[in-house]
Amino acid sequence: MKLEVQNSLIKDIKFSQTTQIIDHVFFLNKDEMIAELKKIQFVRDVKIDVAKPGDKTRIIPVKDCIEPRYRVDRPQGFPGVTTDSFQVGEGVTKVMKNVAVVTVGDIVGFQEGLIDMWGEGAKWTPFSKTLNVVVDISVEPGLDPHEHEHCTCLVGLKASEYLALALKDAEVDECETFELPGPGIEQEDLKGLPRVIYVQMMIAQGLLHDVYIYGSDAKKILPVLLHPNEELDGAVISGNCVAACDKITTYQHQNNSVVKELYKEHGKSLNFIGQILVPELTTMDGKFKMCDYVVKLCRMLGAEGAVVSEEGYGNPDSDLVMIAKGLEDNKIQTVLITDECTGWLGDSQPLTDTKEEAKAVISTGNVSHLVHLEQADTVLGNIAAISNIAGGWEGSYSSTDGSITCELNAVIGSTSEIGYHNLTVRLH
Amino acid sequence: MKKVVFYLNQFFGQIGGEDKADYPPHLEAKAVGAAAAFSKQLKSAEVTHTLICGDNYYNENKDAANDFIRSALEEIRPDLLIAGPAFNAGRYGMACAGVTELAHKLSIPAISGMYEENPGVEMARKYCLIVATADSSSHMREALKDLAALAQKVLDGEDISPERDGYLAQGYRRTEFSDKIGAERAVDMLLARLQNKPFVTELPMPKFDAVEPAPAISDLSTATIALITTGGIVPLGNPDKLQSASAQKWLKYDVDKLDQLQGTYCTIHGGYDPVYANEKPDRVAPLDLLRHLEKTGVIGKVYPYFYTTTGTGTAVANSVTFGQEIGQELKNAEVSGAILTST
Repeated sequence: MKLEVQNSLIKDIKFSQTTQIIDHVFFLNKDEMIAELKKIQFVRDVKIDVAKPGDKTRIIPVKDCIEPRYRVDRPQGFPGVTTDSFQVGEGVTKVMKNVAVVTVGDIVGFQEGLIDMWGEGAKWTPFSKTLNVVVDISVEPGLDPHEHEHCTCLVGLKASEYLALALKDAEVDECETFELPGPGIEQEDLKGLPRVIYVQMMIAQGLLHDVYIYGSDAKKILPVLLHPNEELDGAVISGNCVAACDKITTYQHQNNSVVKELYKEHGKSLNFIGQILVPELTTMDGKFKMCDYVVKLCRMLGAEGAVVSEEGYGNPDSDLVMIAKGLEDNKIQTVLITDECTGWLGDSQPLTDTKEEAKAVISTGNVSHLVHLEQADTVLGNIAAISNIAGGWEGSYSSTDGSITCELNAVIGSTSEIGYHNLTVRLH
Repeated sequence: MKKVVFYLNQFFGQIGGEDKADYPPHLEAKAVGAAAAFSKQLKSAEVTHTLICGDNYYNENKDAANDFIRSALEEIRPDLLIAGPAFNAGRYGMACAGVTELAHKLSIPAISGMYEENPGVEMARKYCLIVATADSSSHMREALKDLAALAQKVLDGEDISPERDGYLAQGYRRTEFSDKIGAERAVDMLLARLQNKPFVTELPMPKFDAVEPAPAISDLSTATIALITTGGIVPLGNPDKLQSASAQKWLKYDVDKLDQLQGTYCTIHGGYDPVYANEKPDRVAPLDLLRHLEKTGVIGKVYPYFYTTTGTGTAVANSVTFGQEIGQELKNAEVSGAILTST
């Protein structure tokens, strides 16, 4: 399977009468976009704004981030979610690089997050570096929470599809090629290189805590083998707001950093044999089943090494260390990626479960690390949401100076457990 | 020139040996003994005062000794306090721990030096940086050199780390920026493992406490049972503002007159789908079933107060405190047993 990703680098966004890309500037017809999104069932109103790196703008409560992409001579959209299902991962995909759709709107659960585009806050989130098309969604009154969440999810995905149409005739600035022969197929130049698999755990718990693979609800499946190109090409979308700091946004699925890093070494120092997606179930029986199943798949594929990434924290810590034990017991050398929960002072126990086999671990930060964020000139969304979201509390927002004190928990992508950001933890 | 105050025991303060261990604290407006040797190694600071106190006096008259030392430190307001090095001397180590705690409370940075098995280490490590020394004072010269090197960095506000600067980790896990993203570090670590090269985990596995279960309840029909949850169940409107994650407190509510939580309670927990708990909070904290057991005589009675907090993202250190506080209340109220539900 071969995927060619063609990047069109965008340097600025401007509102205009016609949606198009000219000379690295993305022109957006806001009214046309709003009219398009209002066609979606249950949408009452949509507001569109742009937030650029360096703007003193705060976006809150953020639900998801999505990268606009256009498949050349193939169907558009997110298979099984916004369109009928079809096979992705093979062909040419054009990407509007440096641009993200960021959805905000009424809070449904408690785990939406914030993005600051400038200053102290910008350091903590990777989405301060993208030109963000912020879509603020209001839904019809009286919707139940599941319908509400589904609606906002669709609006975000459809917004990215609308933007992506401008890519059709856009100039291409750079290309990346992702190609694997696929497990089971022996290739002469890969012989002798250690066979490495990527095990990606994902939240699977219900409203605001789901992930969809070709539209299939991850909590209803067994661990599934994917060609890594499928995730890069839109097969996986986020339906969750686990704590904002370590939820994997759709944008991060489309740009999975572990997949990309393993690709960099593929054919040089390792043989990247594939990717397994593992639901994190909440029952003990579910955890045993998923763990056994993923270990078995890794053995069947002849894996010698594995990177395992978590999503969320708390009960999935058990899945994480159990998978590590299962793999190590079968002589599959394993590196885990997780964040930790060591409290405001950083002196508490970092995980809720432990196994001595979990001996090689990357830590992507303490979710309870406190940050102080100065007043924004512009707030897109609703600043009051901070008192409800995970990592904030009543009093997080100072009405006297407009600043926010909150935990990294509330900052989108800050402690990404697919290692998308550059935080770590050191013992002092 | 920045000011440093040095704390020494009677021996290193040149008062005398074990026979002078009852020596009460006093202040010299100069660098004495080891403090003088230390002071010479500093670049932009000097030891302006030396506090000297007998080890026995400090440990047996801690309040009086601390009163003296506190007023001296408040008067001088040094930029840094050095206590020790105490090597493996237990009483001296405990005194250094007491003095550095005092400095910590006065917001004065402090450094001590101890052998890692000194009993003072556990007491002092949260309050000061402890330079790892050898176990005996015959290594004074090296210890003072290490102390001075660290002291200079602290005074200059430089970035320090236990590995680089030779002090015992204080147990604080700090979030920092790396020059590589996490995914790249993960692949590097995996390659090191596959190539049998050394690697250092970024998160050594924590050690867990084991809690001995309480003895079984011999007669449930006379037992008082309390209901506790970490499922974030609170009265509608969350009047006491319990956090939706990373709880900083627990709450209790009088449910003596309620047959169920449905209708007056809801969840604010951020870690699970709240729809079904909001329909019927008893699904998370089963007051309805406990009442049924009470009415049918299976249990004696339900304790009038219901305890609640949020489990998701709550630091274990907070949970330990909550558990001890709630446990003590229930014990004082002679509650026989508790049902603790999680989500």
